[in-house]
Amino acid sequence: MTAVSARDIVVDFPIYGSGSRSLKNTVIRAATGGMLARDAAERVVVRALDGVSFEFREGDRIGIVGHNGSGKTTLLRVIAGAYEPVSGSIETQGRIASMLSITLGMDPEATGYENIFVRAAIMGLNPREVAPVVSEIREFSELGGYIDMPVRMYSSGMSMRLAFAISTCIAADIILMDEWLSVGDPAFREKAQLRLRRLVDRARILVIASNDERLVRDNCNRIMRLSHGKMTALESI
Amino acid sequence: MRSAPPSRFRLALKDLKDGIGSIYVWPTLGWLEIKQRYRRSMLGPFWLTISTGLMLAFMGPLYGKMFGQPVAGYFSYLAISFVVWILVSGLIIDSCTAFIQAEGYIKQTKLPLTVHVMRTVWKNFLIFAHNVVIVVLVLVFVQPRIDWHLLLVPLAVLTIVVNGIWSGILLGLICARFRDIPPIVSSLVQVAFFLTPVFWTPSMLGRHQWAADLNPLFHFMEIVRRPLMGQDPSLLSWGVVLAITVSGFALMLVLFQRFRARIAYWV
Repeated sequence: MTAVSARDIVVDFPIYGSGSRSLKNTVIRAATGGMLARDAAERVVVRALDGVSFEFREGDRIGIVGHNGSGKTTLLRVIAGAYEPVSGSIETQGRIASMLSITLGMDPEATGYENIFVRAAIMGLNPREVAPVVSEIREFSELGGYIDMPVRMYSSGMSMRLAFAISTCIAADIILMDEWLSVGDPAFREKAQLRLRRLVDRARILVIASNDERLVRDNCNRIMRLSHGKMTALESI
Repeated sequence: MRSAPPSRFRLALKDLKDGIGSIYVWPTLGWLEIKQRYRRSMLGPFWLTISTGLMLAFMGPLYGKMFGQPVAGYFSYLAISFVVWILVSGLIIDSCTAFIQAEGYIKQTKLPLTVHVMRTVWKNFLIFAHNVVIVVLVLVFVQPRIDWHLLLVPLAVLTIVVNGIWSGILLGLICARFRDIPPIVSSLVQVAFFLTPVFWTPSMLGRHQWAADLNPLFHFMEIVRRPLMGQDPSLLSWGVVLAITVSGFALMLVLFQRFRARIAYWV
């Protein structure tokens, strides 16, 4: 069963200025206690998520909306498992495809082919599983002979096409997206949308953060509203 | 229906286990890092070997003369020492950036953190493997005593590499939090190069040989060096190294279980 359940998750980002991050100040603080220790307690933290709880079940298409800095991306990263909340708990069941940064781990000096292997390894595929995927990616991304050249030589459109093709090459139970992905020139974009749509339709749960209320209404059946790290609403539409 | 959340200690152990077990991830990343440095160069990673060889070719005769040592014996001592030192110092220095360098991965994915440490450990092992060519060349000229002691050499190298895992997690974690530490460590390693018997031997200290024994890095050098130089293995060195290995892992686990979840916020 695929599900995501979160209880009271709180995420604080510590802000380390040149001050508290340096060893000297920490040592001095430890040595002097009292007055400067108060400084330590008052270390600036940004509370990115504040007591957020929810249950996502199979079939849910959740759109997260909110202003810049309201905690959308942070929440996605918590669901992806990158950030562990300071307090509260989150449990996820199912294979997660995180499309938060599709160019993650792309090495410009490596060839397109090598990049596919690196990314696939990070996504948890073993070399035997990668082999059939490679030709599919190559064909879809329309890179032809460029696949054997360093990504540095690619146009930005080409490298985005490759990144997109890799990120969308395997089916997942839970898909996380920060804004709807859209790459390439008009002709490619159409093809990409079709592929993404298929992937999303096959997934059990979709979580997408967006500023575009219409996109969310068209694609989602639940809306989560975030404001200053607090969840103000989680409603079905 | 909820089971109790796993303890922090268990999560840390799981990270270690899964990280070391990700045998498709870290070898790929480590190898790519080496390849990347030498892309478009004809000799590729063998530049590592050549630069080490060049250094030895010049340092060997010069220091041999300075220390009044027989050239052949001193040269093989220096070659072996130097290659081992590159491994040891490389592991220490790269430990500092193990997590900092992997920022992108750490903030986006759920990869076990240990993967990033394994990657740097693997990278340094690969550099060592290239440099082994030099040691083999030297040994062809200065034939070592062939006996069972030679079997200790791979074991000793493995021990050094395994120590790279705890140092990578421990230093990687501390350095992610305190950015002053990496420069401190790299200058300490530089000083340690001169303080550790790498290009000089403890016997040159005369009656102050005990000073070398106090240096933990010396013992890491000795476990590889002695069998190759035809000397009997030193029980003291193996003892010190094993004690450091065990206490290093213990210390690492104490900090890692406490701060593992914070690393994503620090990098």
